Amino acid sequence: MRHIISILVENEAGALSRIAGLFSARGYNIESLTVAPTEDASMSRMTIVTSGSDDVVEQITKQLNKLIDVVKVVDLSEAEHIERELMLIKVRAGQKEREDMKRMAEIFRGRIIDVTDNTYTIELTGDGRKLDAFIQALDQGTIIETVRTGTSGIGRGNRILRV
Amino acid sequence: MDRVKTSALSGAEIVVRCLQEEAVEYVFGYPGGAVLFIYDELFKQDRVKHVLVRHEQGAVHAADGYSRSSKKVGVALVTSGPGVSNAVTGIATAYMDSIPLVVITGQVPTHAIGLDAFQECDTVGITRPIVKHNMLVKDVKDLASAMKKAFHIATTGRPGPVVVDIPKDVTAAVCEFHYPESISLRSYNPVRKGHAGQIKKAAQLLLEAERPMVYTGGGVVLANASELLRELVQSSGFPCTNTLMGLGAYPATDKQFLGMLGMHGTYEANMAMQHCDVLLAIGARFDDRVIGNPAHFAQNPRKIIHIDIDPSSISKRVKVDVPIVGNIPDVLEDLLKLLHGARPEIKAWWKQIEEWRAKDCLKYDRGSKIIKPQFVLEKLYEVTQGQAFVTSDVGQHQMWAAQFYKFDEPRRWINSGGLGTMGFGLPAAMGVQLANPGATVACVTGESSIQMCLQELSTCKQYRLPIKIINLNNKYMGMVRQWQQFFHGNRYSESYMDALPDFVKVTEGYGHRGMLVEKPADVEPALREAFGNKKELVFLDFITDQTENVYPMIPGGKGITEMILSEDL
Repeated sequence: MRHIISILVENEAGALSRIAGLFSARGYNIESLTVAPTEDASMSRMTIVTSGSDDVVEQITKQLNKLIDVVKVVDLSEAEHIERELMLIKVRAGQKEREDMKRMAEIFRGRIIDVTDNTYTIELTGDGRKLDAFIQALDQGTIIETVRTGTSGIGRGNRILRV
Repeated sequence: MDRVKTSALSGAEIVVRCLQEEAVEYVFGYPGGAVLFIYDELFKQDRVKHVLVRHEQGAVHAADGYSRSSKKVGVALVTSGPGVSNAVTGIATAYMDSIPLVVITGQVPTHAIGLDAFQECDTVGITRPIVKHNMLVKDVKDLASAMKKAFHIATTGRPGPVVVDIPKDVTAAVCEFHYPESISLRSYNPVRKGHAGQIKKAAQLLLEAERPMVYTGGGVVLANASELLRELVQSSGFPCTNTLMGLGAYPATDKQFLGMLGMHGTYEANMAMQHCDVLLAIGARFDDRVIGNPAHFAQNPRKIIHIDIDPSSISKRVKVDVPIVGNIPDVLEDLLKLLHGARPEIKAWWKQIEEWRAKDCLKYDRGSKIIKPQFVLEKLYEVTQGQAFVTSDVGQHQMWAAQFYKFDEPRRWINSGGLGTMGFGLPAAMGVQLANPGATVACVTGESSIQMCLQELSTCKQYRLPIKIINLNNKYMGMVRQWQQFFHGNRYSESYMDALPDFVKVTEGYGHRGMLVEKPADVEPALREAFGNKKELVFLDFITDQTENVYPMIPGGKGITEMILSEDL
């Protein structure tokens, strides 16, 4: 089962490698990992998407909690939550594709953020499935380059992760 | 935060002052370029004594043996690069057995880090998976608090080694020295008390048990909870077994003790583990050498109560019914209060256990004309009256020592249970002897293991450590040979050691006494002579039966009751 794990971690050198190293050493898989400082500069927040049985995910959260630099761990997918991912996708947009491509971006509520004679770069946010769907909807030959941030997540309403 | 204030000191002085503040008695180490300033400061004082080993692996093992036998934290000091990489085996050994160590490592100057400088290695990166925590101190202003943090983390919660990596320029830089008296970390707050509701559930299960079993591991020893364990077992009348790491937590000579369990555990302990209806696990982790195949273990229904300070040890390999996260002494005190000294009626269970015990699974040929290794250990137990500190290396000799030396006290049995490090025994014995001057210290080893850290005989000479080395010499890596006999068609691939040294001469070359013992009749007199010698290290080279195997044995991947028993049974 897919799980989204949110981690508050001390903003110390090497904290990321401790967490990534834990996953590789214990054979847990990482589907995606995002990290950036929070409003409190002494802490970073990390979102890791992983998959595994309930037993494995229980071990993952316990092992993460054991790391000295880890302040808090929450399995977001245990309850209502929102997840978002950002994708930048560069597509071929010559004379004949230009209109179609613009319409497609609008349908998916993407924004064209860079334009040249023969390319568009489109910014798209949503959950992973929406981004996948957009890629699927395009003529594969028109895709030049994609970059995705990986999933960030947050609990709904009163579910709060902070110190 | 309370602070002890003094004037400006160099980083090296700060390191030594921190060690003094922590009342560190011994530092085990080996100098080198990156730690020269620290060694200079050690030279100028005499409160912290330095023990010069002959290889950094020995320094960490010695600090480890010191800690295991004294309840104190062990401290090692090594230089950058090869100093660190040599120390890695020692650090990993301590990590697997949860031993509190602070390992101070030199590093190249901060401006040279990352430039492949001479004797540079990424210490924090290399040691990251084998430490409880590690840190690189890049600013002398952070040094005192880093040291405090290291001691705090190493010794609290589930203990473990902490590495403090200090670049050379940081040891030369100067700043005000304030040693914090206490430290609090928002991300690290080990629990103490167990959950009251869970403890109540545990008590209920224990009171209703028909076939209870108490199974305890190294956690009870580390938490200094032996007295409480004894009280619990003796007041309840329950049978008790200890893991390899837990030996001595419950007195081995007591009739409620079923012996060690696991791969080379007793028949009765393993059978009782499988057939009990309520299992109380304390500071143990159900590892592969203890319960064998978890699926086989789960075939018999039983309720499991598991007390441990580390939540990640609970329900890792075996599903647990009543998890209790907490400090073992705190939890046991609460549990004892609820049990009120109750003694459930379990006569039928004891009758069954006595039938298993009657199998006498550790029986061996006492009439042998060749020295049997088990015989040496029985005699060692007799001659030392069960009072020795016994360290061991890894292999058959380790298992026989665990089976035949009856430890009645905790912290007397010092071995590398988790990592299984050959070469551990001799340097660990040095730490044990320094922590317990005047005590009898025996290192049980084999001709293969002892050669992995043999150079430490030189350290023993320098510090006049009268350790007794019990070398069970069968010319084979015995445990490897045993597996090859059982599972690899008697093909003894590279497990025979040709060209062994004359250990008596080697020992004498290092300035100690050596004795060769070849006949069973000479075993006891030789031991008496050696242990009568309180001044010197004596190396006893026992030429033992090459074909002897350790029984019982649970083959890898098999169930706990699928034991291979001795042909003599």
